[in-house]
Amino acid sequence: MLVWSRPWRIAAWALAVPLFLIVYGLPVGVIILASFSGQWNDILPSNLTLVHYAKAFRTDSYDALRASLLTGVIASAAALVCGTWAALALRALDRLPKRILDLFFFIPSAVPSVSVGLALLVAFSQPPFLLNGTAMIVLIAHFILISAFTYGNVTAGLARIPADCEQVAESLGARPFYRLRRVTLPLLLPYLVAAFSLSFALSMGELGATVMIYPPDWVTLPVKIFALSDRGAIFDAATLATILGVATLVVLLGLSRLSTKAMTR
Amino acid sequence: MSQATVMERTPAARHFVASAASSVADGSRIGFENVSVTYGALTVLESLTLTVNPGEIVALIGPSGSGKTTALRAVAGFVRPSAGRILIGDRDVTHLAPYDRKTGMVVQNYALFPHMRVEENVAFGLRAHGANGDLIRKRVPECLAMVGMSAYAKRYPRELSGGQQQRVAIARALAPKPQVLLLDEPLSALDAQIRRSMLDELAKLHRDLPNLTVLYVTHDQSEALTLANHIGIMRDGKLKAFGESQSLFRHPPNRFAAEFLGRANLLPVSDLEPTDGQMARVRFGDVTLSAHNYHGVAASGDCLLCVRPHDFRFSHNAAEPNTISGTVISVQWQGDVHCITLNIGGEEVRMTSAPMSSPPRIGELISVYFNPAEVTLVPEDASHG
Repeated sequence: MLVWSRPWRIAAWALAVPLFLIVYGLPVGVIILASFSGQWNDILPSNLTLVHYAKAFRTDSYDALRASLLTGVIASAAALVCGTWAALALRALDRLPKRILDLFFFIPSAVPSVSVGLALLVAFSQPPFLLNGTAMIVLIAHFILISAFTYGNVTAGLARIPADCEQVAESLGARPFYRLRRVTLPLLLPYLVAAFSLSFALSMGELGATVMIYPPDWVTLPVKIFALSDRGAIFDAATLATILGVATLVVLLGLSRLSTKAMTR
Repeated sequence: MSQATVMERTPAARHFVASAASSVADGSRIGFENVSVTYGALTVLESLTLTVNPGEIVALIGPSGSGKTTALRAVAGFVRPSAGRILIGDRDVTHLAPYDRKTGMVVQNYALFPHMRVEENVAFGLRAHGANGDLIRKRVPECLAMVGMSAYAKRYPRELSGGQQQRVAIARALAPKPQVLLLDEPLSALDAQIRRSMLDELAKLHRDLPNLTVLYVTHDQSEALTLANHIGIMRDGKLKAFGESQSLFRHPPNRFAAEFLGRANLLPVSDLEPTDGQMARVRFGDVTLSAHNYHGVAASGDCLLCVRPHDFRFSHNAAEPNTISGTVISVQWQGDVHCITLNIGGEEVRMTSAPMSSPPRIGELISVYFNPAEVTLVPEDASHG
């Protein structure tokens, strides 16, 4: 009734659109407006300016954007390789060990990021594993936090690949690596792209663990935004938040086009 | 450049060159020697012993869960037998990986690689064997021509109909010149009309490649009867009957084979009395009938008289030999035949005849007869099947 009757459809839209605008649109709109604001003492900002953007690309904020993008790409790539490998390896296991390892691989998604940050801080602050104060510890933290999502996405993708395709490939003489390269991975490509996209988006927004372990020369954009807002530089923080959102969106749109292309082959 | 010199990189490639040099695939014998497959406590294939001779088509038929696909997948290497041996030619392949078995497989849903064009699909097996580009460029068009798909080489599988996809799947399986071809319900996903035309094409393909050994799994008896030299009928993981197709159809060895292959009428008869040669006299109710005792059913045993629906003919004289009378229960016109169901002595009996302008009416008493040489006696096994 809700779907087929015109009055109910109008009612549904009348409820959904304002809800979407208030819960999602308003905060994003306020951030974007604030990034252009010289002053904001009334309902709307005044003295609109681009000075915050000029500052963002001149100061150490640019280094933070670079650190975030590099962290996102490297951690997501590592998580994609490991998650894919784990998902492929687990396919060959019996039911019980598969379920146990499956649970094990999903644990990082259940642990709060602050706990991951603290654990890494404690584990890697003493020789021989002295990583505290290096960019590597940030990459490891991001890898841990996103790997479960990558593994989950690839596992779901593998379940949807027709087993017949791989078996026919084998019967045609394809050895395991050839089959993986020519059949399994190409069929899995849309899911790999989706897994990388999700990992990258999560990494770009990660703060909880990073804020506990980041070294001075590897400050990510969320840490910088947090620091700026903590100091009361709301307009600068809003500018970096907008840049962070746009940068993430641009990468995700590019990946989405790649995924669509792979899907429609 | 000759085929023998184009790809000599690995021992596997050299072997492939040697086999590819022949103009048609030389089929090999497939042998099952007491092959059993179990999953935990569940036995899905029980002591299967069967031989498919080179160049033969053997069809395995049976209801769902009868073990026919398991048997085929055991040959392909995707199911590991818990006991017994599988031979392809003289090689024991029981523990070989699927990619070392040199089989070609075609499955129900075609399983074409969606990211590859038709020509790339067909070339896949050749490339996997390390074939040289020259051989691939020669062999792929040959295989596509063989299945009438030359015009579609550049298309993706999603741009083809079901029948076309299945043709490509067959070309792909044949391209590396496999020793045996495994067909797992290859026509099941096609609609009736395309299935009939594909069946004709498969029969033609085997006429063109008479040395190719084929193991064909289907649940459709008409496919098996059209294509196969021999038919194996499976049930509950066991081979219930095996024989030359026509012989198995005319003289089914047990009730299950008679019912599954051709939906025969099975009339319970008694007082078996051998007459000349392989013939015998039996009692059906008050009537004495003659029949072929092909399986030598013992005089003391219970037995069934197997009469195919098309073996009944209308009789105008109830006193004629081998004539029985019954009441018409239903009459169905099916285009090319009339199907008539009779109640004869409490048994439902089906018969078919050429279309009639005035078929018998429901409730009418009619007489039918059969040629004794065309019907056979079947032992009544304890399990009914």
